Amino acid sequence: MATVTFDKATRVYPGTERPAVDALDLHVGDGEFLVLVGPSGCGKSTSLRMLAGLEDVNSGRILIGDRDVTDVQPKDRDIAMVFQNYALYPHMTVADNMGFALKIAGKPKAEIRQRVEEAAKILDLSEYLDRKPKALSGGQRQRVAMGRAIVRQPQVFLMDEPLSNLDAKLRVQTRTQIASLQRRLGVTTVYVTHDQTEALTMGDRIAVLKDGLLQQVGTPRDMYDTPANVFVAGFIGSPAMNLGTFHVKDGNASLGGTNIAIPRAAVDSLAADDNKSIVVGFRPESLDVVPQGTPDAIPVEVNIVEELGSDAFVYGSLSRALGAEAEQIHSGAGDAQVIVRVDPRQVPLKGDTIWVRIRPGEQHLFHAGSGERITV
Amino acid sequence: MAHNLQITAASPDPALLDLPWHVPLEDWPTDVLAALPRGISRHVVRFVKLSGRVIAVKEIGESVAYREYDLLRQLGRIDVPSVEPVGVITGRRSPEGEPLEAVLITKHLQFSLPYRAVFSQVLQPDTATRLIDALAVLLVRLHLVGFYWGDVSLSNTLFRRDAGAFAAYLVDAETGDLHQALSDGQRAYDLEVARVNIIGELMDLVAGELLEEDTDTVAIGTMLVERYEDLWTALTDEESFTATERWRVAARIDRLNDLGFDVGELDITTDIDGTTVRIQPKVVDAGHHSRRLMRLTGLDVEENQARRMLNDLDAYAAATDRQNEDESFVAHDWLTQVFEPAVRAVPRELRGKLEPAQIFHELLDHRYFISEEHQRDVPLPEAVQSYVQEVLRHRPDELAVLGASGLPDDEA
Repeated sequence: MATVTFDKATRVYPGTERPAVDALDLHVGDGEFLVLVGPSGCGKSTSLRMLAGLEDVNSGRILIGDRDVTDVQPKDRDIAMVFQNYALYPHMTVADNMGFALKIAGKPKAEIRQRVEEAAKILDLSEYLDRKPKALSGGQRQRVAMGRAIVRQPQVFLMDEPLSNLDAKLRVQTRTQIASLQRRLGVTTVYVTHDQTEALTMGDRIAVLKDGLLQQVGTPRDMYDTPANVFVAGFIGSPAMNLGTFHVKDGNASLGGTNIAIPRAAVDSLAADDNKSIVVGFRPESLDVVPQGTPDAIPVEVNIVEELGSDAFVYGSLSRALGAEAEQIHSGAGDAQVIVRVDPRQVPLKGDTIWVRIRPGEQHLFHAGSGERITV
Repeated sequence: MAHNLQITAASPDPALLDLPWHVPLEDWPTDVLAALPRGISRHVVRFVKLSGRVIAVKEIGESVAYREYDLLRQLGRIDVPSVEPVGVITGRRSPEGEPLEAVLITKHLQFSLPYRAVFSQVLQPDTATRLIDALAVLLVRLHLVGFYWGDVSLSNTLFRRDAGAFAAYLVDAETGDLHQALSDGQRAYDLEVARVNIIGELMDLVAGELLEEDTDTVAIGTMLVERYEDLWTALTDEESFTATERWRVAARIDRLNDLGFDVGELDITTDIDGTTVRIQPKVVDAGHHSRRLMRLTGLDVEENQARRMLNDLDAYAAATDRQNEDESFVAHDWLTQVFEPAVRAVPRELRGKLEPAQIFHELLDHRYFISEEHQRDVPLPEAVQSYVQEVLRHRPDELAVLGASGLPDDEA
């Protein structure tokens, strides 16, 4: 087992000016499950392939443990790309299907058997070892494929969107399986996905990338509670955070007739390029529905109510009363739209107007210019 | 209905609409199926009859389906041997409204053989070697155009007979990626995956008693790496020599032609005083012989078949004393007087056994054997009769071998 270190690792594709991965500094702890997440083109897969040895590193280094592997061949890096090879061999037993790579590597029979048995125990496959794969269910076959990587006892597991070709049901199942398996094995794992839910549910820590740049790295809780910038704030969480650019006047962020009190320190920290504006973020669950006329309440016209049983979400437009400034607010649902979590036992009707207010202390503040978080 | 079946295809066949898309592929009725595939695949795959042809239908996630469809189209456009994509179908629903997986449809490659079928037939001793050679050529061609495969294996490849050898076609591009150029790491990884997969597949054939127990599977897998490296070096290596040895430029091009490649672009640099010349092929295209035959006769055949036919064309020119004539006139006469009468003499019901070009190749072999046996030059029409009766009639049909032919049942 080992740590993984990206040390200012950079990848520039020939013929392009902007690096696909720009001076990535990232340290993955021994036994840690780290998820690289971001929108398409953010550099997450390129980063993983640099670690695997599939992409050249133009500058910087990559280390596995204390060993600099920047110029080491993929097969000599002691890593395993999991799920790359799924095909099971029909005439071979489950044990042989799991252990054949060790046989190729010339390992002694007794050692192969021992490693296969250990892996089978972890994967709940012990009683099937001498059967043929045809006798297994789909899920069990998938575990045999995982077993192939496990018996090699690599230092690091690499997974590149391993769930993308599974249907929705199997995806959720396999997600849980991989996460719990990784914890039992304790093998350092780097996992790539574009899906922030997958990232939040699986990773010990998450690294968010955008345009080749690392935006933030932290535990799922860190990312959710204290996003480092507007991008992370809008990317992590489902439904997404509501974000609005407000004009700052007399210590308040104001939009139409609505005023939101901003701490003194935040107002003082505004820079010239913020242009006397501030971005206020508030998650759907940080809003209270309040009676009309409550100070600082924001009117929302209900477009859709999404009832999930335990929760209900209102997808609404900012009331026209706010005028053109409403365009300054956006959410996962679009511009001039907000998402509000409401009591599932008291849902408004489509077309209603509700008044909502941000719960004190649950707002996120960002510089309007740089997008960086304002810490107060 | 808010959800409609959506078909994305370059030239859709209306008959596609008649297939039971509202049924999970696994439960499709046998009357639409051409055969069941063998082996254990990660997706459900079915071979289906459509307008007198066979298509392969694979259930797969929607985004992956579109991705693979686009990749296969790109590979086709740059002339890499691969299966031809027909289309992607999404928005499938069961009558109860349950959403069903998207499907990717590809054309079945006629006269192609899955490796399991090759091994299940009576074998020449070096079959494994010939398959490995074909796969090495395919992998080099893919890497030359910047395609990283990700899951190279015999089962992700189809083989077509090509005179005494095989030609390999890429079937599964799901894990692949097209880059501007591949890094050495990508090539090395593809090769290692190929080596391990091939050995695994051969071990499986040994376990299934389709291959001799004492077969050195590891040596065969390792051979792929050697063949690949040799070919890659021959095609891409820089070579330097003194300015007085300029004939070596032409020699290099001849060598590449012999390997079946044309040189599209050759970098030639000399040092300042002009004493040393360095050459390095920059663009090489496979299919030297098949392109030449195509230009002369319009026949579209595999590389080694073309080589064989071009040799026969040369022999024809010599025998008719026309070596100094314009080659295209001679080729036209060879086509109408030799090739076409020979393949037309094969009874219609036997034409599904082999491709015409492969029949012609075997016919030439056969004529050679019987001429030797009879100690006289057997003319082609006589050789055709003998070949049809003694050889072709006893061969299996290979027009649409879908992995089911001649194989013992997989034991559960």
